[in-house]
Amino acid sequence: MSINWFKYSAPTTFYGLAGKMIPWFAFPAAILFVVGLYMGFFVAPVDAQQGEFYRIMFIHVPTSILSMVFYLVMAGYAALGLIFNTRLSAMMASAIAPTGALFALISLWTGALWGKPMWGTWWIWDARLTSQLILLFLYLGFIALHASIDEPRRADRAAALLAIVGSVNVPIIYFSVKWWNTLHQGSTIKFSGTSMQITMQHTLLTMTIACWLYAIAVVLARVRSIILERERKTDWINGLPEVQQ
Amino acid sequence: MLEVSNLACSRGDHRLFSGLNFNLHPGQIMQVQGANGSGKTSLLRTLCGFLMPDVGDIVWNGQKISELAEEYHDEVLYLGHLNAIKDELSGLENLCISAGIAGIELGEKEALTALRRMGLRGREMLPTKVLSQGQRRRVALARLLVSDAKLWILDEPLTALDVAAVALIQELIVAHLARQGMVVFTTHQPLHVAGMEMRILALS
Amino acid sequence: MKKSGMLDLLVLVIRRDLVLAMRRRADVLTTLIFFVMVVSLFPIGVGPEMDMLRKMAAGVLWVAALLASMLSLGRLFSADYLDGTLEQMMLAPQSLSMLVLGKMAAHWMSSGLPLVLMAPVLGLQYDMSMRSLGVLMVSLLLGTPVLSMMGAIGAALTLGLRGGGVLLSLLVLPLCIPVLIFGTGAVEAASSGLNFASHLSLLGALLVLAMVFTPWVTAQALRISME
Repeated sequence: MSINWFKYSAPTTFYGLAGKMIPWFAFPAAILFVVGLYMGFFVAPVDAQQGEFYRIMFIHVPTSILSMVFYLVMAGYAALGLIFNTRLSAMMASAIAPTGALFALISLWTGALWGKPMWGTWWIWDARLTSQLILLFLYLGFIALHASIDEPRRADRAAALLAIVGSVNVPIIYFSVKWWNTLHQGSTIKFSGTSMQITMQHTLLTMTIACWLYAIAVVLARVRSIILERERKTDWINGLPEVQQ
Repeated sequence: MLEVSNLACSRGDHRLFSGLNFNLHPGQIMQVQGANGSGKTSLLRTLCGFLMPDVGDIVWNGQKISELAEEYHDEVLYLGHLNAIKDELSGLENLCISAGIAGIELGEKEALTALRRMGLRGREMLPTKVLSQGQRRRVALARLLVSDAKLWILDEPLTALDVAAVALIQELIVAHLARQGMVVFTTHQPLHVAGMEMRILALS
Repeated sequence: MKKSGMLDLLVLVIRRDLVLAMRRRADVLTTLIFFVMVVSLFPIGVGPEMDMLRKMAAGVLWVAALLASMLSLGRLFSADYLDGTLEQMMLAPQSLSMLVLGKMAAHWMSSGLPLVLMAPVLGLQYDMSMRSLGVLMVSLLLGTPVLSMMGAIGAALTLGLRGGGVLLSLLVLPLCIPVLIFGTGAVEAASSGLNFASHLSLLGALLVLAMVFTPWVTAQALRISME
């Protein structure tokens, strides 16, 4: 059975499909969040070196990883949009950006919260946090560029090119920041990584999946509203119950 | 030969025109007519390759212009609303550089002859910022004299020109058509080409 | 009328842009003056203790060069965009990437190169050693072209936008961080008496990568912006 992918790449069809998919991601996400947070704050044992404060890692680590993954996914959609000229790909990229930026911000904030009890300062210039900050700038640049261009097609394509250039640069930036950090013998945030307790691993996994499901639900909801906005002059939109109210 | 089939273009959300079909053969001239905002400039820019059409193909001598790219550019001369001359450079420098970018090495003598034919005798060496609007348009139009492009795409070429200059441009167009060249243009002023049948494309 | 080749075109574009830069000397000088001012602001801001300034020198000079480069990028394409010459370049029967490379080269010669030459003079204000000053010049010589080239992508994407120069800087600065790190790393290694060759070779590698990729990417960005 072959799936007609291009059918779903039309905003009209995708709007309906996305609407149906959202609950399938939102509810499991909510459940997993509750489970994960419970495990993180009550079940997982106290860390040998860092005491109770390390628990913030259960939010910090998933959001860090996902913010990086989402940038690549965003760049992937951007590339698809540029190559195949599909409007929906560009809309997906625009939908992912704010969530990716939010995750980067949460990662930085939780990193700071972690740093204060550990190092006594609200900020640490270690390689990972600094890279995370630069990633946030890359997200904000994408959003700013898209917002600054009035003409939708130019906005999509320019932001897409920026996302691709950014994603190619991310390894170079990460490498140079690590280099910079070792040169200056900066501090690093580490937890007892190699000998992480099995419960901690499970909690991390649960939280990561929860964040990921949440992100998918939010991105789908956002892309629906982008579709509504972009296609507002077409006929099929005016036939929708939401619009006819 | 230029073949356009089923061309449709939009600007932002707004569909300008659709279902456009025409063929232009060597020696033919076509005027694009329409009210302000009907998409005349966009059509001309799409023919140049700046704008991507929503639907449809533009074919030059049997190949799509998107595939030909630079080879197609070699055969096109585009004159838009903007003069494409630098204020700080003289008419002579501007002409030599424009020609150079179009791939033609223009000698100084040839350039001066062209500028003088355009009525700029004595002003060839002045920076164009001190010239009047009409004189600057003449510097821009001097490219018509030194170009070997087959297709001229002219967007309101007669703007700011006086009667003598208009007559000169009309002469140049007739000569170009006689050499089996093609012209697509828009204008708000009357443009007469002696002895040639003017095709009209009306954009609603 | 002869037809010219690619190299002729490159030379033509470089000469054209250099002549234009000479005739608008104010633009070129303001970038340089900005550089000098920023470098002079830091001691005023943080105090004149030579020990601290000596430690900050590499970073301050490099950040100032970075900011000055960002400011100068605005004029890479905007004048040509406004008077229509950019469209004509895009209709050239030669590779647009080649034209863009020519513009980048001319831009660097009129903006980046003066910074390279000015930097040692300013380095003396920070009591940098001869060795550090030499390495500073080389690092800027390798790094400022990369800044020009990365910045050109930003300039092409932000053509004609209201946000203008600030938006350009927002987009390009994160991408320039590796250059900043390797550039300052080289100078600091030199001042501590350590080996700076690895930093400089990394800068060199970035320069080569930039020369290979950025003209084409910038040409694509120009096409997107001119639609």
